[in-house]
Amino acid sequence: MVCQCKYDAEIGIRIPRPLGQGPSRFIPETKILQVSKVDSKTQVIFEDTFSTLGRLDNISLVMGFHPQYLESFLKTQHYLLQMDGPLPLDHRHYIGIMYRDTLESRHCSYLVNLHVDDFLQVGGNPKWLNGLEGAPQKLQSLGELNKILAHRPWLITKEHIEHLLKAEDHSWSLAELIHAVVLLTHYHSLASFTFGCGINPEIHCEGGHTFRPPSVSNYCVCDLANGNSSLDEMQSNQLVTDTSCEVEALMEKMKQLQECRDEEEASQEEMATRFEREKTESMLVASTEEEESAPTRDVSRHFEDPSYGYKDFSRRGEHVPTFRAQDYTWEDHGYSLVNRLYPDFGQLLDEKFQIAYNLTYNTMAMHRDVDTSMLRRAIWNYIHCMFGIRYDDYDYGEINQLLDRSFKVYIKTMVCSPEKTTKRMYDSFWRQFEHSEKVHVNLLLMEARMQAELLYALRAITRYMT
Amino acid sequence: MEKMARVTTALGSNAVSGRTMFCHLDAPSNAISVCRDAAQVVVAGRNIFKIYAIEEDQFVEKLNLRVGRKPSLNFSCADVMWHQMDENLLATAATNGAVVTWNLGKPCRNKQDQLFTEHKRTVNKVCFHPTEVYMLLSGSQDGYMKCFDLRKKESVSTFSGQSESVRDVQFSIRDYFTFAASFENGNVQLWDIRRPDRYERMFTAHNGPVFCCDWHPDDRGWLATGGRDKMVKVWDMTTNKAKEIYCVQTIASVARVKWRPERKYHLATCSMMVDHNIYVWDVRRPYIPFATFEEHKDVTTGIVWRHLHDPGFLLSGSKDSTLYQHMFKDATRPVDKANPEGLCFGLFGDLAFAAKESLMSGDSNRKPYGGGDRRYPIFFFKKPDPTEQFANVSSVLNVYETEMENNRMDWFVKTAKLYLLSGKPFAELCDHNAKVAKDLKRPQVSTTWTMLRIMYSDPGNPGVNHGISKVGAIPVMNSFNMKDITVGLGSESRLDRSKGENRPDNIHLDLTNSLMNNNDENEETEGSEGPADYLFGEADLDDDDLYTMEHDNPTEDAEYVLPQEAFPLRHEIVDNPSAPEHLQDKADSPHVSGNEAETVSLTPIESFSLISIAHPQYDSNLSPSFFSPVVHEILQYYAEQGDVQMAVSMLIVLGDRIRKEIDELTQEHLYTSYVDLLQRFELWNVSNEVIKLSTCSAINCLNQASTTLHINCSNCKRPMSNKGWICDRCHQCASICAVCHHVVKGLFVWCQGCSHGGHLEHIMKWLRTKSQCPAGCGHLCEYT
Repeated sequence: MVCQCKYDAEIGIRIPRPLGQGPSRFIPETKILQVSKVDSKTQVIFEDTFSTLGRLDNISLVMGFHPQYLESFLKTQHYLLQMDGPLPLDHRHYIGIMYRDTLESRHCSYLVNLHVDDFLQVGGNPKWLNGLEGAPQKLQSLGELNKILAHRPWLITKEHIEHLLKAEDHSWSLAELIHAVVLLTHYHSLASFTFGCGINPEIHCEGGHTFRPPSVSNYCVCDLANGNSSLDEMQSNQLVTDTSCEVEALMEKMKQLQECRDEEEASQEEMATRFEREKTESMLVASTEEEESAPTRDVSRHFEDPSYGYKDFSRRGEHVPTFRAQDYTWEDHGYSLVNRLYPDFGQLLDEKFQIAYNLTYNTMAMHRDVDTSMLRRAIWNYIHCMFGIRYDDYDYGEINQLLDRSFKVYIKTMVCSPEKTTKRMYDSFWRQFEHSEKVHVNLLLMEARMQAELLYALRAITRYMT
Repeated sequence: MEKMARVTTALGSNAVSGRTMFCHLDAPSNAISVCRDAAQVVVAGRNIFKIYAIEEDQFVEKLNLRVGRKPSLNFSCADVMWHQMDENLLATAATNGAVVTWNLGKPCRNKQDQLFTEHKRTVNKVCFHPTEVYMLLSGSQDGYMKCFDLRKKESVSTFSGQSESVRDVQFSIRDYFTFAASFENGNVQLWDIRRPDRYERMFTAHNGPVFCCDWHPDDRGWLATGGRDKMVKVWDMTTNKAKEIYCVQTIASVARVKWRPERKYHLATCSMMVDHNIYVWDVRRPYIPFATFEEHKDVTTGIVWRHLHDPGFLLSGSKDSTLYQHMFKDATRPVDKANPEGLCFGLFGDLAFAAKESLMSGDSNRKPYGGGDRRYPIFFFKKPDPTEQFANVSSVLNVYETEMENNRMDWFVKTAKLYLLSGKPFAELCDHNAKVAKDLKRPQVSTTWTMLRIMYSDPGNPGVNHGISKVGAIPVMNSFNMKDITVGLGSESRLDRSKGENRPDNIHLDLTNSLMNNNDENEETEGSEGPADYLFGEADLDDDDLYTMEHDNPTEDAEYVLPQEAFPLRHEIVDNPSAPEHLQDKADSPHVSGNEAETVSLTPIESFSLISIAHPQYDSNLSPSFFSPVVHEILQYYAEQGDVQMAVSMLIVLGDRIRKEIDELTQEHLYTSYVDLLQRFELWNVSNEVIKLSTCSAINCLNQASTTLHINCSNCKRPMSNKGWICDRCHQCASICAVCHHVVKGLFVWCQGCSHGGHLEHIMKWLRTKSQCPAGCGHLCEYT
């Protein structure tokens, strides 16, 4: 097929062309909701997003699978970034750029690029982009918290908080700190989501487009739609036949657990060991997948801190102290603290957590009317378990039964080093499940991670305050 | 206190006595509960489960229930309750979902009796039936409540709240079958224990989780609930629809609420986060706690009144690993520290001032006032309430009326309108302003302007010679000795000060003149120090009396009331005001008295010029920065006088000459107060000019705030609430450029005649060549 695109090239105008195939690298474009075909509610949400941000980013498109959540997510994000709050606008976006610091192979250009643009748009000082050294002392001091929060939140102590609040000239106020902490955790978890769903860069961002005119060797945009997706479908059909019993097996297990819960009552030691086992195991489920690399705007070099690389965070063999969930819960303690210092935001976060945790369509792959609460709880608690948060009233043996290894690898990678997530990982877990369900899992992961980090940070702040 | 102790010990061993005391626990506690005889308390937490005996002046550890090599999670308690009928029986709610009962009568070390593991999630609350020995109720995170018969191995009934987690369950004290349950989603449900299928009644009590509820011990229908929304609400459940009768707003989420025994309107609360104090509220007075206990250093997790019929002892456990016994008489009374004073301006400049009567009546020889005074007294009477426990504070309200003629702010308005702040050379501005001030009979200000001109203008410039003052007539003007200037100013302020010294007396007289008393402090119960203690002791004595005599029903009205005594209203003593009228006015409205200085300070100015003439002429080449300190002082002087107008005008006119000398914050303050004043006088133009001319970023951006423009959709004519260019209702882009037919997101310009428009650039381009509307409607568009 001869492409009319060539003409453009001859005229001499460089036209940016989308690199990827739709919003996500992992999910074929045809499976993603078409903006034109969504139901009216989602439509309204999309329109709102578009009109506030002037764009409909890929994240929103992918989250569009779950409009109920998307609405809450956007509301929270809007409040966090645009509405009244203790931090000035440029600081907020700068903290968004800072999160990148926490990634090992810093090629997550997606969020950073978005925020670099926003940062400059709200009148941020371009010098700050040259690295943390270029930023005011106050923001620099946040760097430490950022890194710990992203990788080892259990290490946050009230000394960290004190250090930030008591710095002579560049001290933070409590309200500002809460805002910053919420921002940091928001971006950390959002990073998990973008990698977990393989979100493609926006077309206007670097890495999101190419100027190379499409040629025969580099397939044309026009035939992308049919050719590629059919291949994808073929693959997935194949997979279905391979592992058609996977879903049934999982459902059977859930049923069993539901029934025999009362029968065998594990001893307390047994319960404790089960938790410890999951916790240590989660440390070891290391990703063996090799990384992909992608060229990006080179903000990273400035943000690198050679003395504090991700390698230091290797969690192998490290003991994560246990955090008793009942002693510091989001509902009782976290909410009150956030709402006190950052009015109304506790409410928004609370709603978002609840929607994410309770979201269900009572379906599993092709089955209808399934109570998925057990599975959702297992995923949520597994993630908290990785952060050392233990629920007394949960039998961690269930996790082992419900979550298979490839799924655990995926979760672990996404939470700990999201930039290593690959399409293979994404494809290899829960093979017959719908994409929307995988996105749902991603939402759970994202919120659970955010809550875990928040709990640690807020606990430290509470300890500082008392 | 001693007296009381003596009294109570004399009454026998059954009486409760003690003092404020505490003991260290090994670990943070989650909940506490007392034994029926009020002699022992059980403390439960994640890592602690102990029984303490409460002795006269200490806690003694009696028993550690946490036994075994590896304590299981069953010991990790979220809640504990001691049976009020059987003193050997305890129940705990474990964080792993187990409900455990303990029998202290067991001979072995492990006192665990029964274990129910029916709940799937953490159990938040256990509650024994108040009269039935074997009935236990539990509420769990999984949304279920279960009722156990302790003689059986399993629960006898399960109640499904059909909603989120149960946070608290409480048996009604008076109603045998009823219990209340509070939920995480803000609901409260009432259940009949015989009907596990459906709740009797449900209502939404709070916004967000309801952490606790408590039935009133005496009043059948009252239920107090506390929630994350920082409120304590008291509900009357006797009517068909639960009615909120009291609401107390606290400063943090409410974790526990407990009615105070023997006091109908009192309840104690503690918070879950941030706030470590325990408050006792009188629900009828929701704005200030009746009493506060401030001993704990971390959040209080459990509170319980030590004895069912004794309001004087409160026990509390906390995250800071201490167990406290609080004596009510040792509590702090925030009311005593409160400052019942209020001040308010009326619409026409009247000033109302209310203060505690005791403060105002300090002056015994009050001076009455002559006829025709503008101040008038207002009486307000409060009907004495026999159950009122607060010391009544009688306040005095004075209203001061401003006399219009004297305090007219005409000068301010005129000055604001006539001053020139920019647009001319500096010297001319100064001269103009000096003239304005002089015309308005404000010679001091006028002179200041002239001085400024002299200080800062080019000495060689003869154009400034047409001065208005005598000083201005001297050819070389920069010749003041600085010392003299400061002396001059100093003498002015001294004079002013001496006048000020005079003033307090006048104020005092004024205030006391108009004193109004309503002496309705006819009874005094638990209020202030002296008599309160006495009363308190007596109340206790009486209660104890009752107990020793085995009276089961407490007195209906436990609040102690002295017989009503009314003090006759004092006569108003009349006298003639000694202070001159105009001074009083100034005292009445210090805010607007910026002009008073000028009217009085004519003399110093006179002397001023004399000094300047008398001095020989110095080197005329003094650099402008030389004057900065003085100007700074002048500025401050005016600001302190309340004449921000002068201060700001100087600031603007002097511009860079002085700006750096004054710190940003002060400038900002000056600007904001001046702008505020201008806007009050509706001098919008002047205020805008000032904002525009200011160099403070904070002030400049005032004009950029609330610049919202409300528009309607061009299609469906409805307001576009959300965004500028897309309509929520008809989903059409509303603002389309008539030239390029794209949506306009930035500056949209349109003709007011035909309401067509578009991008600013496009329209400008279009109109360069054509005069008709680009939309083709034929209208001859006009743009300004």
